Amino acid sequence: MGSEDIWILGSNMTKFGKHPEKDVLDLASEASVAALRDAEMTMSDIGVLGVGNLMNAGAGIGQQLQKQIGQTGVPVFNVSNACATGATALRVAIMAVKAGEADVGMAVGVEKLAGAGLLGQRGPKPQSETWEPSGRFGAIGSTEGRIGTNIMPGVFAQVGMEYGHKYGGTSFELFARISEKNHAHSTLNPLAAYQKRFTLDEIMNDVMISYPNTRPMCSGNCDGAAAMIVVNDGKKNSMPAEVQKRAIKISASVLTSDPWEEGCQILPDVNTLTRNAATQAYEQAGIGPEDLDLVELHDCFATAELVHYDNLMLCEQGGAVDFFESGAPWRDGAKPVNVSGGLQSKGHPIAATGIANIHEIVMHLRGEAGDRQIEGAKVGLAHVIGLGSACGVHILEKAA
Amino acid sequence: MTEPDNSALIKQVPFVDYLVLGEEPYLISNECNQCQARYFDRRNACARCFGDQFTKVKVASSGVVTSFTIVEMGPVPYVSAVVDCDGTPVRCTLIGVDPTPEKVQLGMSVELTTYSMGEDSEGTEAIAFGFTSAR
Ligand SMILES: [Zn+2]
Repeated sequence: MGSEDIWILGSNMTKFGKHPEKDVLDLASEASVAALRDAEMTMSDIGVLGVGNLMNAGAGIGQQLQKQIGQTGVPVFNVSNACATGATALRVAIMAVKAGEADVGMAVGVEKLAGAGLLGQRGPKPQSETWEPSGRFGAIGSTEGRIGTNIMPGVFAQVGMEYGHKYGGTSFELFARISEKNHAHSTLNPLAAYQKRFTLDEIMNDVMISYPNTRPMCSGNCDGAAAMIVVNDGKKNSMPAEVQKRAIKISASVLTSDPWEEGCQILPDVNTLTRNAATQAYEQAGIGPEDLDLVELHDCFATAELVHYDNLMLCEQGGAVDFFESGAPWRDGAKPVNVSGGLQSKGHPIAATGIANIHEIVMHLRGEAGDRQIEGAKVGLAHVIGLGSACGVHILEKAA
Repeated sequence: MTEPDNSALIKQVPFVDYLVLGEEPYLISNECNQCQARYFDRRNACARCFGDQFTKVKVASSGVVTSFTIVEMGPVPYVSAVVDCDGTPVRCTLIGVDPTPEKVQLGMSVELTTYSMGEDSEGTEAIAFGFTSAR
């Protein structure tokens, strides 16, 4: 990663959930101001700003945020990269600092989604009197339901089922048990949107959304924001000792897109780009999956979590079911995964997610995760994926 | 292979342009001349090898279900599946099969079938495709 290290000095996320009284700017401001305070900085220290918000991608939320908390004229990069939007905003800040264009960068991800319903669902097209071909497939009507599905729960259900076809061992119950784990973890996270523990029966008997994913096995649309401040060595070394003591090193920061794979035009391939990102990240950090004390991965659906055990190489290729069955990804297991509760219960305010999962790792490495602290955590990995696709992987280390 | 000719069937239109109607309907794809990657939509260049010459090729009409889900959010549950048609993955809805995990199985053999979507105001019938259990 070059000679100079990049550090996180400030980090914050709002409570995820319903915030009817707050708009996008209130949420973004809340996280940003708290992150600045955490780093003992003000907006005057910030040299570059990366801001992600998917629902208002053309609205210049970054500049609007500046107007709320401080306009200094520094460059703003408004980014949009599906569910990887937050990680992309952070990548922009990190790249600018690494390139020497700024000593301090801030990344913010914010979303208002409560009540937005399931994403990827389109309303019926107005029906014309005659069959009119349109779009790249010359379709004369909506392909949804007619040619399989494009909705997120359906796509990710098929991602998990495909893994089952390839390696065997999956079942409705197995996927439900992954969800049971994350909901159990969330009871210790006061910032999670849902902190309710579900029994396996409750999960399996809840409303079926897209088999094998029932409602609690799907990530929750909610409101939230997360913000992070990154600096170079020079800036870190100029800060007071108590700030430096809480600094977290970014040992790897990687963003990938999906290379061509057979069938990726049919079912999005979320595997190859994740494996590529993980491989690059382990190489950058000079550490392997065996060194990780905890992992936050993109469990947008229970079926997705399973394949990413494999893609992030937490297990042998094809061994994700055995990995889960061993109890490893539970918080008291060998390789805790999603101790925050994951997207299924912490919630998934899209553009905030890619920063919030890194924030979770920061909290543990600083020893500030409260009741859910993974004792002695020194190294953690955060993964996020946006369909289309974009994958972000960050590896963080406690300062030596 | 020549361009698909649906013009003889003036009273029928396919649901998508990669469904070719006739005695034995089939799916057609754009195959890269250089690396044989297949695309159901038009590409300016091959996403795999960047070649820009394509040939229309017929896709096998039977295959094996390599993944599926049962979408239960609408009024009627349906099965979305990925079918490996002799090396060409195809996305489809499974029809003529109960949309239950007991009836739909990974690895089941299926084949292409078509059905009428009804007629428009000019009497043109739309034909859609699905896959169903192989006989
Ligand atoms: Zn090619």
